[in-house]
Amino acid sequence: MTASTEAPAKKRFSFRDLGKMFGGGSSNVRQFGILFSLIAIIVLFQILTDGLTLSSGNLINLVSQYAYILILAIGMVMVIIAGHIDLSVGSVAAFVGIVVATAMQQWNLPWPLGIVLGLVVGALIGAWQGWWVAFVGVPAFIVTLAGMLIFRGGNQLIGNANTIPVPQGFTEIGAGYLPEVGPDTGYNNLTLLLGLIIALAVIFMEFRARRVQRTMGSQPAPLWVSIIKVVVLVVVIGFASVLFAGGRVGTSFPISGIILGVLVLVYSFVTRNTIFGRHIYSVGGNKHAAELSGVKSRRIDFLVMMNMSTLAALAGMIFVARSQASGPQDGIGWELDAIAAVFIGGAAVAGGIGTVGGSIIGGLVMAVLNNGLQLLGVGADRVQIIKGLVLLVAVGLDVWNKSQGRPSIIGFLTKNRRKDKLDLEPTSSSPSVGAGEAPSEDPQGLVPTAGTPDTSRPRG
Amino acid sequence: METGPDTRDTRDNPVILEMRSITKEFPGVKALSDVSITVRANEIHAICGENGAGKSTLMKVLSGVYPYGTYTGDILFQGSEMRFRDIKSSESAGIVIIHQELALIPELSITENIFLGNEPTRFGAIDWVTAKKRAIELLARVGLSDDPDTQIKNIGVGKQQLVEIAKALNKSVKLLILDEPTAALNEADSQHLLDLILGLKSRGISSIMISHKLNEIERVSDAITIIRDGKTIETLDVKADGVNEDRIIRGMVGRTLENRFPERSSNIGEVFFEIKNWNVQHPQVAERMVVKNSSFYVRRGEVVGFAGLMGAGRTELAMSIFGRSYGNFISGEIVKDGKEIQIRNVTEAINNGLAYVSEDRKALGLNLLDDIKRSVVSAKLKKIAKAEVVNDIAEFQIAEQYRKSLRIKTPTVNEGVGKLSGGNQQKVVLAKWMFTDPDLLILDEPTRGIDVGAKTEIYGIIRDLAAQGKGVIMISSELPELLGVSDRIYTIFEGAITNDIPAEEADPETLMRSMTSMKTKAVTK
Ligand SMILES: Nc1ncnc2c1ncn2[C@@H]1O[C@H](COP(=O)(O)OP(=O)(O)OP(=O)(O)O)[C@@H](O)[C@H]1O
Ligand SMILES: [Mg+2]
Repeated sequence: MTASTEAPAKKRFSFRDLGKMFGGGSSNVRQFGILFSLIAIIVLFQILTDGLTLSSGNLINLVSQYAYILILAIGMVMVIIAGHIDLSVGSVAAFVGIVVATAMQQWNLPWPLGIVLGLVVGALIGAWQGWWVAFVGVPAFIVTLAGMLIFRGGNQLIGNANTIPVPQGFTEIGAGYLPEVGPDTGYNNLTLLLGLIIALAVIFMEFRARRVQRTMGSQPAPLWVSIIKVVVLVVVIGFASVLFAGGRVGTSFPISGIILGVLVLVYSFVTRNTIFGRHIYSVGGNKHAAELSGVKSRRIDFLVMMNMSTLAALAGMIFVARSQASGPQDGIGWELDAIAAVFIGGAAVAGGIGTVGGSIIGGLVMAVLNNGLQLLGVGADRVQIIKGLVLLVAVGLDVWNKSQGRPSIIGFLTKNRRKDKLDLEPTSSSPSVGAGEAPSEDPQGLVPTAGTPDTSRPRG
Repeated sequence: METGPDTRDTRDNPVILEMRSITKEFPGVKALSDVSITVRANEIHAICGENGAGKSTLMKVLSGVYPYGTYTGDILFQGSEMRFRDIKSSESAGIVIIHQELALIPELSITENIFLGNEPTRFGAIDWVTAKKRAIELLARVGLSDDPDTQIKNIGVGKQQLVEIAKALNKSVKLLILDEPTAALNEADSQHLLDLILGLKSRGISSIMISHKLNEIERVSDAITIIRDGKTIETLDVKADGVNEDRIIRGMVGRTLENRFPERSSNIGEVFFEIKNWNVQHPQVAERMVVKNSSFYVRRGEVVGFAGLMGAGRTELAMSIFGRSYGNFISGEIVKDGKEIQIRNVTEAINNGLAYVSEDRKALGLNLLDDIKRSVVSAKLKKIAKAEVVNDIAEFQIAEQYRKSLRIKTPTVNEGVGKLSGGNQQKVVLAKWMFTDPDLLILDEPTRGIDVGAKTEIYGIIRDLAAQGKGVIMISSELPELLGVSDRIYTIFEGAITNDIPAEEADPETLMRSMTSMKTKAVTK
């Protein structure tokens, strides 16, 4: 009863094909919607700030200023998919920061060991909280609310509510940039090289994705869609790398941004393609069914909580490195930023739904908004109000859109076209079938496409 | 209760409901196209159709679950056009739907559930005294004498269904919609429910009933509308057209179904799986034993039926064997291929070649947020993973294979399982467990809510698995199905195995007797 057996395609432009540019499946299109908003916000602020938003200095600043929130969002989305929440991340980050700073200052611990120590402490805290959640069965909300108090207090106890500076080498992870190497081109060569590698990877992945799709027997989007998509992405990457490479001398793409990028890649892969990742989704989606399928849900809960605190430790250290000292006010309110990023990124409060990519885009929406408003000189009070409203509206739109049976922004955009076309549709012998969002004029467009592979999903 | 011939002929009764040219689309799926149905006063109108035909969708349109504007077509109820915004507005017009999945809140009492969203108030506060009095009256009307303070979770599904009807009666219902009301009920409860619906009819309440149990439809309905692939095929008048089951099936599937039960193969092998002296305690009530000293065995290539009344402990027995997933394990032995094995959790059960297809596919069988292909492989991801990384091409291909071989009705295996109709979800669950390559497949009510055609297919699958030398345990409340498919049947009563009857010797009467009495025949091998 698939419509794919119907008349062959006559190639014409269709919205659906355009939709495939960033993935055709219903979960992907949600991300497409968020990505769309992100681009809109960037353009808006670019105009409002007279080009300041997309200037080298601002971009570099944006990345190093928000990298740690985005790192938290990665851990948070996994916690939320599993059906929990973690309120303690800000306190854990601050606690680990002070422990590491103290260790380096008082025991002269070399900074690489300091980082290791920080990660170990984070993992131990995570194990502690995970144990309560998974094996005692206390709701994560409570466990991490307690953790929020405990580790905030711990931070102030250890640091005597003072600020403790960290050594030069350590600051690299938060305030460092890709070094200058090679001939003087007027740009940072390593940043340019990084851009080139990413561009090549994007091209490779897109065409591999098409191949995989064909192996799976589903029809990839027309070639022109892939080409336009790749060209657009390569231009964006090229543009971004020139901007990052052309900053003030001594600055370039931040090290923290590289750490973030690696984590995004690794965790996208883990959540999507590994058994562990699948199990997180199944525990969050239906715990009983997961357990009856042999998933050890307690183990998953434990690991997810432990992973979160470890990432919080990393985020804390990056922040301390950036501000060159650990203080008692570090990390206040971070949990809320991270949680907001995850929900703007399309995760479901009840668990089972969410993606790393989406959360990163959600986090970037918040970051650009924050940054842009600051550039415009809007006061912190109003920034908070606007951020709160954006969170509410973003999730509200998502909920409303779903209740209308339209999983996507594209479906929404083509709403009127659909109404007109309803009568014109041939009364085919079977219900017409297509997996995605909008009906299209092109019968080929009805071919199921939800299997658009991972590589064509938007990246943060 | 027998109804006289007069009450079955409703052709001349006034029309109370007309749905005209209803078309309803979901993104990418046209669930209904141009469906029309006419219901008359004092009529029980059945809707028949295969899984995914669009029956539930049509009823959701009628009851405002899908509000006016999300479908095209007209609804005329008692002469005026209706544009329901939500369930509340259809209820105030007198149309009440009881969904395929019951919508009661387990933690609340019967009274609280009956009046949920409709609470009687006095000076702004809920008037529980009146509520309770009303509740007792309503319960009496549906033939229940339970304490209205009982929590819903403490009464059986049969009674829950009656509470749903009591709730509907409280809303001064004129047209009652029942979506597969008897799917989860046993014989006696089903009879009671059907009698109740007939009783309502004699008091002027019409019903629309969806059911896959064609014998019930034949028994109670006055008219039948058949839907196939989202289109009205025909409307039959039960009396005038002399409708019988075969006639309905012909309408549903477009052809006659020759044999509803497949041939039994006769290559039954050695005993390979044995349970000895199995005892399990209730998870909360320590003194209550839900499985009592039960022993049974399964041979290779054999389909073993488990007959018993609702609550006899069949599911509990199966789940406790399957990795101690139910209750507190007390004692017992599992012997497989002559060796005693330990199965302490689900993973060990799966690794030992056990598979359990739950009776409750939504709560225990599937993650409804997941798509078909992921669901199919979810019980044994290791099989298609290298170094913990899942091979998604293999996943797609395997899911495709099952889609074809089990004829799962879906545009693509990338579709979410939550969007499938009940019967197709069941096939996904079956695929999921077949994928684990079990030696012993335990099926708990495998055909619940499944259409006749698909049932036959599932029986075929069961016999195929047996023919491959696997053992199958089939728990079922439908005796014809047990008799038609099993090679041997155990009866269970109050947690104990009471009889072991070869299929040739079994008949409904013998089974019923063993299902309702403690007298245990020594189980022999
Ligand atoms: N929310 C939804 N989104 C997308 N498709 C849906 C949705 N609900 C139902 N469908 C599709 O509409 C069709 C009709 O489904 P419906 O639930 O009405 O079937 P049914 O006749 O009640 O089947 P069953 O006997 O199995 O309950 C199916 O193809 C189903 O996949
Ligand atoms: Mg249905």
